[in-house]
Amino acid sequence: MKQAATNSAALQGAGHDKSGSLSANIAKFRELGLLLFIVILSVGVQLRNPSFLTWENISDIATNTAILSILAVGMMLVIITRGIDLSIGATLALSGMVSALTVSQYPDLHPLLAVGVGVGVGLVCGVVIGFLVSWINILPIIATLGMMNVFRGLTFETSGGKWVSAHQMPESFKAIATGSVFGINNLILIAIAIYIVAYYFVSHTRTGRRVYAIGSNPESAEISGIRTGRILWLVYSIMGGLSGLAGVLWVSKFASAQGDTASGYELSVIAACVLGGVSIAGGVGKLSGVILGAVLLGILNNALPMINVSPFWQNFIQGSIILIAVLVNALVKRGIDRNNLMRRKI
Amino acid sequence: MEQRLIANKKELTLKGFFLQWEWLLVLLLIGVFVMNSNLSEYFLDSANLRDATMGFLDKAFIVLPMVFIILLGDIDISVASIVALSSVIMADLYNHGVPMELAVIICLAIGTICGWVNGLLIVKYKELSAVIVTLATMIIYRGIAYILLEDQASGKFPSWFKFLGWGYVGGIPFILIAFVFFAVVFWILLHKTTFGRMVYAMGNNATAARFSGIQVDKIKIIVFTLAGLMSAITALFLTSRMGSTRPNIAMGYELEVIAMVVLGGVSTAGGKGRMIGAILAVFLIGFLRYGLGLVNVSAQMLLIIMGVLLIVSVAIPQLKQRFAYARRK
Amino acid sequence: MAEAEYVLELRGITKIFPGVKALDDVYFKLKPGEIHALMGENGAGKSTFIKVITGVHAPEEGDMFLNGRKVSFKHPTDAQKAGIAAIYQHVTNYPDLSVTENIFMGHEKIQKGTRRIRWKEMHEEAGRLLKELGAGFSPKTLMGALSVAEQQIVEIAKALSVNAKIIIMDEPTAALTKNESEELYRITERLRDNGASIIFISHRFEDMYRLASKVTVFRDSKYIGTWDVDEISNPDLIVAMVGREISQLFPKTEAKIGEELLRLEGLGKTGYFADVSFSLRRGEILGLTGLVGAGRTEVCETLFGVSKHDKGTIVFKGQELKVKSPKEAMKVGIGYLPEDRQKQGLVLQWGIGRNITLPALKRFSNKGMLNNRKELDLAKQLAEKVGVKAKSVFTLASALSGGNQQKVVFAKLLTGDLDVLILDEPTKGVDVGAKSAIYEMISDLANAGYGIIMVSSEMPEIIGMCDRVAVMREGRITAILDREGLTQEAILAASMDDSAPATDGKRGAGA
Repeated sequence: MKQAATNSAALQGAGHDKSGSLSANIAKFRELGLLLFIVILSVGVQLRNPSFLTWENISDIATNTAILSILAVGMMLVIITRGIDLSIGATLALSGMVSALTVSQYPDLHPLLAVGVGVGVGLVCGVVIGFLVSWINILPIIATLGMMNVFRGLTFETSGGKWVSAHQMPESFKAIATGSVFGINNLILIAIAIYIVAYYFVSHTRTGRRVYAIGSNPESAEISGIRTGRILWLVYSIMGGLSGLAGVLWVSKFASAQGDTASGYELSVIAACVLGGVSIAGGVGKLSGVILGAVLLGILNNALPMINVSPFWQNFIQGSIILIAVLVNALVKRGIDRNNLMRRKI
Repeated sequence: MEQRLIANKKELTLKGFFLQWEWLLVLLLIGVFVMNSNLSEYFLDSANLRDATMGFLDKAFIVLPMVFIILLGDIDISVASIVALSSVIMADLYNHGVPMELAVIICLAIGTICGWVNGLLIVKYKELSAVIVTLATMIIYRGIAYILLEDQASGKFPSWFKFLGWGYVGGIPFILIAFVFFAVVFWILLHKTTFGRMVYAMGNNATAARFSGIQVDKIKIIVFTLAGLMSAITALFLTSRMGSTRPNIAMGYELEVIAMVVLGGVSTAGGKGRMIGAILAVFLIGFLRYGLGLVNVSAQMLLIIMGVLLIVSVAIPQLKQRFAYARRK
Repeated sequence: MAEAEYVLELRGITKIFPGVKALDDVYFKLKPGEIHALMGENGAGKSTFIKVITGVHAPEEGDMFLNGRKVSFKHPTDAQKAGIAAIYQHVTNYPDLSVTENIFMGHEKIQKGTRRIRWKEMHEEAGRLLKELGAGFSPKTLMGALSVAEQQIVEIAKALSVNAKIIIMDEPTAALTKNESEELYRITERLRDNGASIIFISHRFEDMYRLASKVTVFRDSKYIGTWDVDEISNPDLIVAMVGREISQLFPKTEAKIGEELLRLEGLGKTGYFADVSFSLRRGEILGLTGLVGAGRTEVCETLFGVSKHDKGTIVFKGQELKVKSPKEAMKVGIGYLPEDRQKQGLVLQWGIGRNITLPALKRFSNKGMLNNRKELDLAKQLAEKVGVKAKSVFTLASALSGGNQQKVVFAKLLTGDLDVLILDEPTKGVDVGAKSAIYEMISDLANAGYGIIMVSSEMPEIIGMCDRVAVMREGRITAILDREGLTQEAILAASMDDSAPATDGKRGAGA
């Protein structure tokens, strides 16, 4: 595959004369474009349904987007290393279920401990996947596809197939997601905190930069002495830990833990990433893009029912978004390559 | 020794013959049979075996082209969605008055088109990899099925359609006959034709294959199109057995199909593996599931077992390679 | 004192890869403040040797001494810490990251305590290093946007940033023009004057004469010897590198030159080459040479249908040729021996028989069904014809030596009914014995009426084998030289001199 890819790199230049400079510009203004699209979408929806841009609905969108954007951070790191993680929906469900069961057993447990339980479970899941990917060298798609089923099965097994519903959860647990500080919802605050930490991690720590390095060129990472295996392991563990956190928040927010919680949610997360310009080919991805991608998806999910689009269209729309986003990313990349070629004087 | 004389006959060693992955699968299959017959005294009844086979062969049709896809070093996780889409369209058309015969043909056509679209996208956008393309189409295809049928079930097919999944020809289930037919066709295609040879070449070294004049794009599109067609055939048999269809039909089939292929000894790195291994794995997993069903293992537990089976069957060759390397050092 | 005499010494290094001995009992001594040239043809083991020094590969046998102390590197970082830096032949960098990050990858400046990266300091330091090296781009530029020469400067800045005491440069001039090479020479000398010891790997003589005081030669993975540069004569050095005198090596016979087979008229492909015109006749061997990256391979791949040109025309046997794939090219009669036989030429995991028959599956199949008997017969016949040394047609291609592998790729070409053969670096990484066998084969093929385009960077074989030579520089043909006017100096002038405008350099017989 890799050989074919490098070989085709030479070919890609041909046949795309028209899109060349235009798509290079898209790369520069991707974030601006996303922002513009968000504004247009919002105005459009608002015209159809005036209750869209109300304070209540906006804060609803924000809390819904918070969980998605937390997961998108982890997924961005995974995709930057040329990987993918299909198991996060199941990890989220498992850790949400375990923490819900814990608080229903011990209602006096401090909510922070409940969060700790969820994050811990997610972390273990992530560590297992990281081990499979980095040490046993299993393709990420296969490893996470397999573990997705294992985690999903475990979720059913731990709960005995039953739900944990609102009345089984103590108020303090539900308050994790519904409470607020200075009038701002906790979920939003947590998401902001995670973005700040993530920003620091990817731009100001060695390890963070090396995540990009191994995605940009794995062979030379090996030569320059970067311990690729460890970083891969770390990335999948972070993804697992964030999924665990998201699991607790999800269960707390919806006050219900089920066997099929967040089934298929990984697809929304991947969509948010590719929409935000994270390159499937590795090495490229910005937090600012990812957060806009997540916000756009959050608005879309909220807006579609408001303009009477049937919920059954959701899958199709999401899939199309992923496909179009990766195609645009690819064309943008080709445009940049083409521009670089044109600049070479011969 | 005269160096210029190059032999063109292969030396066959007994040890080499028996040290093949397929024999391990045969042993495991025997083990599963022994286990199952201990669990149920009726297991080895020919009628019982027959019915057990009918229960798991529907997805086996996708295993055959999936062997080709994984041999190419690619993957297709959209197959289950293709099953759902072609099944739903068929049922929808029939319930809107289209004759069943025509609906069946359209079902096959839809599957083929879905597979072709996958192949085309993968070939035209080489930088995207089959993973992400089929991930997107997986969502889109099932998404269309949801748009068409929402959360309804659709069924009431004519009685002849039921024959596909439940009928017998000369005491042998029709689905088994169909599978054997396709298995032979795909076996010949892979091992006896130039097409199969080219697939192996591409799986081992796609660049060298292209420089040797192989039309790699064309072959890749054909392989993915075949996967679409066979998914539609699975849709026919599955719909027939279920008696009705809904958009969430065949959920998780991609996992089982891929698990069967890699358990059959086909390497996810491409270029290595044989059809017979995957066919053995179909029966191995099928009878294993049947046996676990006998002892009332829950569907959830089965999910876990399938996941673990997939991981273990890809991990074994990787670990083997690692240990072999360590020993050389 | 033995300790101070050599900063680096390697004794009896042997490195084995599956099926190949990449280094066989090799010695090397480096004095402080010395520029030491390491020479040898492609595939002599130079690149593996560097990877042993830098800790990428662990040798099976032999010892390595640093300032007289025995060391063994388990990991590339060990070598980095010991003050060894390497600038690799294929620039190894991170195209998606900034120049600063590329320079500091692996040894970023971090704040004590918080472990935060000190970006400002790194950018400043990078800027200072780049300025010192005379580079005109900002340290915040993305690496992927730089030219090869600029990327090389970044690699050197990287070596400077770790204060490397030993700097290894692996064929740094292979892709550089004359001015760029001059710049590199100056930088290298400055590094030496600042106290670094430098191993300069090249197969270009002018690099060695210009820079080095000592030269060590490898051939066929073996150590041949070490000399003072002013002590060894040019012919002796060639004998050391090639293993015999040039006149004995090339069995070039005068083939009967026939009608024109192929003509390129103003062929161009944006970003790769432009205005390429030449012609090829039956029985002729046309050399195509120039620096690495001058566009030679791209022209050949276009002829073979691997990629498309966007300007000009190709005329083949009097008709305009439009091939869209290698399959079509082979059908009309153009065959290509690719540059990288392991990646492009062979399926290494397969036996040689299957490799040979891969381009011609149609010949022994009936409606798509393979006929094994016929296939094996053809494979055996062709393998014997090109003289592959192997036990049977089932011997794995990966188990063969470089020379035998190349013969297998030649055998693949013989399966088709071809008129034009494009041979891209046909003797790269091939031992001397196999080399002369390959030259003989090329000569025979020309005699048999094929038109041959031979792409090569090896001056001796271009001069020894070709009837005419087209020289490329930066995507253009700068000279077409006849056999009479064929000298090393003329070729070098045409391939490296960037003072004169490209189109003015045409000499000899035109296209």
